Amino acid sequence: MIKNLILQKIPTGMLVFFTAFFIASCTSSTTGLTAEISKPSEPLTLTVMTHDSFAVSEDVVTAFETEYNAEIRFLKSGDTGTALNKAILSKGNPLADVFYGVDNTFLSRALDEDIFEPYDSPLLADIDDDFELDQLKRALPVDFGDVCLNYDKRYFVDQGIEPPQTLEKLLEPEYEGLLVVQNPATSSPGLAFMFTTIGHFGEDYYLDFWEGLLENDALIVNDWETAYYTEFSASAGRGPRPIVVSYNSSPAFEVIYAETALDESPTAAVVSDDTCFRQIEFVGILKGGQNRELAEKWVDFMLSPIFQEDMPLQMFVFPVNSHAQLDNAFLQHLTIPTKTAFVSPGKIASNREKWLQEWTETVLR
Amino acid sequence: MAAGVDRDSFKVNPILFTSSYRRYALHALWLAPLVFLALFYFYPLGSILEISLSRTGGSQAAPFIQALTSERVRRVLGFTFFQASLSTALTLLVGLPGAYLLARYDFRGKSLLRALTGIAFVLPTLVVAAAFNAMLGPRGWVNVGLMELFDLSQPPIRFINTFGAILIAHVFYNTTIVLRMVGDYWSHIDPRMGQAAQVLGANWLHTLLRVILPLLMPIIITAALLVFIFNFTSFGVILVLGGPRFATLEVEIFYQTVSLFNLPLAATLSIFQLACTLILMVIYTQLSAKLTRPLSLQPRKYTQHKLTSWRGRLLAALLVIMLLGLLTAPLIALTARSFTRLDPEPGQRALLTSGLTLDFYKELTTNRHGSLFYVSPLTAIAVSTGYAAATVFLALALGLPSAWALARNSDSKFNRFIDPIIMLPLGTSAVTLGLGFIVAFNRPPLDLRASILLIPLAHTLVALPFVVRSLTPSLRSIRPRLRQAAQVMGASPIQVFRHIDLPMVGRALLVAATFAFTISLGEFGATALIARPEYPTIPIIIYRFISQPGALNYGQALALSTILMAATAAGMLAIERFRIADVGEF
Repeated sequence: MIKNLILQKIPTGMLVFFTAFFIASCTSSTTGLTAEISKPSEPLTLTVMTHDSFAVSEDVVTAFETEYNAEIRFLKSGDTGTALNKAILSKGNPLADVFYGVDNTFLSRALDEDIFEPYDSPLLADIDDDFELDQLKRALPVDFGDVCLNYDKRYFVDQGIEPPQTLEKLLEPEYEGLLVVQNPATSSPGLAFMFTTIGHFGEDYYLDFWEGLLENDALIVNDWETAYYTEFSASAGRGPRPIVVSYNSSPAFEVIYAETALDESPTAAVVSDDTCFRQIEFVGILKGGQNRELAEKWVDFMLSPIFQEDMPLQMFVFPVNSHAQLDNAFLQHLTIPTKTAFVSPGKIASNREKWLQEWTETVLR
Repeated sequence: MAAGVDRDSFKVNPILFTSSYRRYALHALWLAPLVFLALFYFYPLGSILEISLSRTGGSQAAPFIQALTSERVRRVLGFTFFQASLSTALTLLVGLPGAYLLARYDFRGKSLLRALTGIAFVLPTLVVAAAFNAMLGPRGWVNVGLMELFDLSQPPIRFINTFGAILIAHVFYNTTIVLRMVGDYWSHIDPRMGQAAQVLGANWLHTLLRVILPLLMPIIITAALLVFIFNFTSFGVILVLGGPRFATLEVEIFYQTVSLFNLPLAATLSIFQLACTLILMVIYTQLSAKLTRPLSLQPRKYTQHKLTSWRGRLLAALLVIMLLGLLTAPLIALTARSFTRLDPEPGQRALLTSGLTLDFYKELTTNRHGSLFYVSPLTAIAVSTGYAAATVFLALALGLPSAWALARNSDSKFNRFIDPIIMLPLGTSAVTLGLGFIVAFNRPPLDLRASILLIPLAHTLVALPFVVRSLTPSLRSIRPRLRQAAQVMGASPIQVFRHIDLPMVGRALLVAATFAFTISLGEFGATALIARPEYPTIPIIIYRFISQPGALNYGQALALSTILMAATAAGMLAIERFRIADVGEF
């Protein structure tokens, strides 16, 4: 009985394979380093902590690394809120030297928690004062993007109606059942759109507008992906609704990442006054970091035209440096709103929870 | 008492089983798993809970009082239990007949069927949402078909943001757990017990209720427990498919942490969630001790037969169609879409196709904008399978001794205490634990914050409970007599393990390895927090694509998902081929 159950041999092949993999995985992180050590002196490493959506061209980073004999290591740490939480919780013994990506909806959380050291970069001279929301220069503006209504151009041509040019228009019967928006409690563009309504209607009246939206059969979903790809009619997901909350850069994305080359975008953004909310992203030097000097150089670099001009095609956000030029693809398909709805970071910080609660109780009931 | 259970086997030779040397030896098996859990689970979890709770302005009890008296928290807790129970019941309903088919019949393509039904497990929620949308969405083919058939102006089926969507998605994800665990165990149960009952005059219902189900109970409650905990801590499905009107505890923890930065409340909710898991586990441990009976496990060649009768074939065909329809139709829709070129003019009612294309796959291999973080699909597969292989290795290396210690000495107080604890990582909020890793491993000698080892370690935390739970029921059901006989003949404990236990649980070991492999391949929540951008896993890259507008980005997300599905299926088929001596044949 036992005889025929006896093991013939130990699975040594499996063991060897896994052990080899393990050793390989332990050493692979160091092999990258040894290749670099042909330089005269050992490069200084600078760690930049950022969010999931961060992207940059390889040659732009290499340019910096060569000029300052440095090595940049990026740490992506989840979405903006999560990455910021990680930076706050590792305060004092920071994970990185520099944190990039906190936006104006989260700015007060970062400043209240006091994670940044002030740095008065000379490059700030080239940046419009409107972007500088922190007068103490702990968080320096890098880029901006606008959260705006996007619409399916073809739908409005076919139906012979005008796309909505104001928020109030969305309450009219011809736009019934056309809009999909994101939940501000779970989605960053959703939050920005709630701030648009607060900035435009005021905090005492914005909920009336939302009740009107519900009566006009607006759909609320939790995330941008579902809103855009499942519900929006002009995206690759071909949903049923022709108006969605997205970014002013989305129409340009639709051309640059089209399946077959397009002359014009199938979508357009509504950019009339007070219909968009501007998200500004900031960079700051983390307190307690080791490489203050190199960190300053990196911050300067992010504010300089070479990095600023690289951002649009990589992250689809736009330069704050007035000397930075936009790529032709953007000049053709991008519209930037001249006057956006505004709510100050301080006001956002002190009311975020209250507003979200009010909104949830009114809109999701 | 179930028919056919060998009651003698409960009588254990006292000399063999009370030797204190052996008991210590069994306890020593716990060393590695417990050190692992202490270091990579309790330490980070404790750190983050302590830091979070210390952020309360006033009394430490304040967040607990706030949570206990909050109407909202009560509602969330109620919903979490309700949807998890219902989803688990439905998953069993779908999974058990399928498990029967896999256990009792031998037919061609069985491995493939098992692999296909397991693929769902690895897919990121956003992709699954896209897949369901292609079928059941407002412009999916089901709705469009019905609209054309009955000349309707509105899509008749609403799927996204409904409670039904949550239930269907949970069944879609978790049925494979029931199929694999119950199916494997069932395949070793002697069919003669049921036959004997029928000979003695029991009808099929009686046989099922009085003989088959009691014999299967240990594994059914194990599978149900795992499915329940997965549903209980469900996050992506609730968020993406359920929509804003539904929230589980895990969703609420995310909201409190990320949106509101209310860490004390988030920590309190995490503790609630843990407490629920722990209570469930204690109940489970009690139940399974009562229900487990030593059986004579039979090799599959004695328990399975070919489909010969006309009725059997029909039944099998129906079951296969049901399983494939439910579990793979969305995957097929997804795959088809990744090869489809759409009419460049949007605005049509249906998805008008204008032919097949490989564009999305070609685009995956080009770094069009010279991005620093570009990763080719081959590299992504290598990275993902590398992490998965390391997870399988770690989870088996830690899980096998744990399961063995649990099975050999289930009466020991120590084991009864440890058993529920092994499961805790499954019931822990990923948001909370992810932050715990950051605050705990931030200084030497454990400065792991940017280490690539962090990913297999985190994946092992999730995989370990699966490995232990897949192995323990089989190990427990081995007749002590077999081991005793070997010991009487002079075998050392290690020899007993190698020559008796290991071969008898060979299949369960493969099931465990498959779970560890697929858990690692599909894990997204924790990976997104700790992955190095140079070494992203496939789900991370899929997420990068689908969070940007543009048909090409969407197409690439679907193409990469198809590649992930293929890699998963290939991996699962490869694991099935592993033979540990003649173990795989057992």
